[in-house]
Amino acid sequence: MKGNEVIAEAAIRCGCDGYFGYPITPQSEIMETLMAREPWKETGMVVLQAESEIAAINMVYGAAACGKKAMTSSSSPGLSLKQEGLTYLAGAELPCLVVDVARGGPGLGTIQPAQSDYFQATRGGGHGDYHLLVLAPASVQEMNDFVALGFELAFKYRNPVMILADGVIGQMMEKVRLDDRVPRWSDEDIERISGEWALTGKKNERARHVVTSLELDSYKQEEFNHKLQAKYRRMETEDVRHEELSCDDADYIFVAYGSSARVCQKSVQLCREQGIKAGLFRPITLYPYPRLPLQALARRVKGFLAVEMSAGQMVDDVRLAVNATAPVEHFGRYGGVIPTPDEIVEALKKQIIKA
Amino acid sequence: MTEEIIIAGFGGQGVLSMGKILAYSGIMQDQEVAWMPSYGPEMRGGTANVTVILSDARISSPVLTRYDTAIILNQQSMDKFENAVKPGGMLLYDPNGITRPPARDDIAIYKIEATRLAAEAGNPKSFNMIVLGAFLKVKPIVILDNVEKGLAKSLPARHHHLIPVNIEAIQSGMNHVEKS
Repeated sequence: MKGNEVIAEAAIRCGCDGYFGYPITPQSEIMETLMAREPWKETGMVVLQAESEIAAINMVYGAAACGKKAMTSSSSPGLSLKQEGLTYLAGAELPCLVVDVARGGPGLGTIQPAQSDYFQATRGGGHGDYHLLVLAPASVQEMNDFVALGFELAFKYRNPVMILADGVIGQMMEKVRLDDRVPRWSDEDIERISGEWALTGKKNERARHVVTSLELDSYKQEEFNHKLQAKYRRMETEDVRHEELSCDDADYIFVAYGSSARVCQKSVQLCREQGIKAGLFRPITLYPYPRLPLQALARRVKGFLAVEMSAGQMVDDVRLAVNATAPVEHFGRYGGVIPTPDEIVEALKKQIIKA
Repeated sequence: MTEEIIIAGFGGQGVLSMGKILAYSGIMQDQEVAWMPSYGPEMRGGTANVTVILSDARISSPVLTRYDTAIILNQQSMDKFENAVKPGGMLLYDPNGITRPPARDDIAIYKIEATRLAAEAGNPKSFNMIVLGAFLKVKPIVILDNVEKGLAKSLPARHHHLIPVNIEAIQSGMNHVEKS
């Protein structure tokens, strides 16, 4: 199955209540698959093509406010349109899942794969001090796995979770093991899981619930921000994920996520064939970033090459983690161009090894 | 075993579906597979290509610049991919429409007259399966039983009655591939 199709299938299987979207290449297969699968007949899941990206994200806000598992998906220009909705969702502490199958920018850009929305994804994207929890799949299998995981983390933190993929992972077909079907939550489930805040209809025995991101008293707003920050610190300790490949004896480390990490796996093989001890460090959560494991590696390797399909965004996080303990350089192709395994090896030799 | 393949030709020749059937056949043979298409403007007329990787081990990059096998179905793709075959690798092409045949002497070059055979069989759509047959004759990386299962998996049920015709086309390709 294609990565995009798997997102749709995984959403149905994990008991998602509603998908609200607007088509854009290279992720249109997500909604196309959902429409073809007609999950409203099987699980009651709503699938709705909104009139715009802005409408779609606000429909997600509405559904999430009721304690439902709601999601949307888009690609880079569409995500820019959704940013207002995302900051409101984060400000109202609402859980939801957002999938970005990124393409080259800026502007309308190209429809080919890119990773130039890293800053937008990991720094918040909209206004205000907030973060999304960002998962970066590097295989079609992870496109499946991160849907259920994304919802789990979204409800754990009452915070939007983003799956940041790109055109390669979305369009590629690989073998995939789908999850077993989980029923959608009943009203009782929602009461048990989100009963303290969800809008489930006020009953006499409880106080009214208010879902808002507005607070006119600045001291109270600061207090609320403290609460958000405490939540992000908790993410940083409890839900940081990464993968290391051939790092144990490595002198040089490629740092790459998503499809760049796949290309770098090949570069690691090529390096090893040439006698260069290279390894791959793959962040799986982009926010929170796996800073500590990278720091630990920095004490014993000779250098890092951050490889991204961007002009240099994630490399900032690598530099913050490594903190000048070892050299850090960046290699990128962008605007929809995918780096090749060979040119990455050449970049390592030229920029880091320098022999 | 890892086989890295590029299939390239015109949109509409069945390039992507040939790749898909090969990938599904690999799954039926319990291999790891990756299928990475060119998508977007080039899909809407013009050239189309797809990278297919079959392997016993976890697959690394789905985006490659060098291939074990190039299956080439038009001149533009020949210009683009002839030099992308690894030394010792294989290039398979249909001479129909090829004005500059491949010239490398460090790879094995095979020819399959798939356009002509498909037209003679009165079934131009079987073109891509003839090419697939030619490839599998030279590199039997998946057995025919698994190709049949792969066909069943990748074709919608309403087209399952066409499986025998496709298998015939694959066998025709196997019988007619020539080393050049």
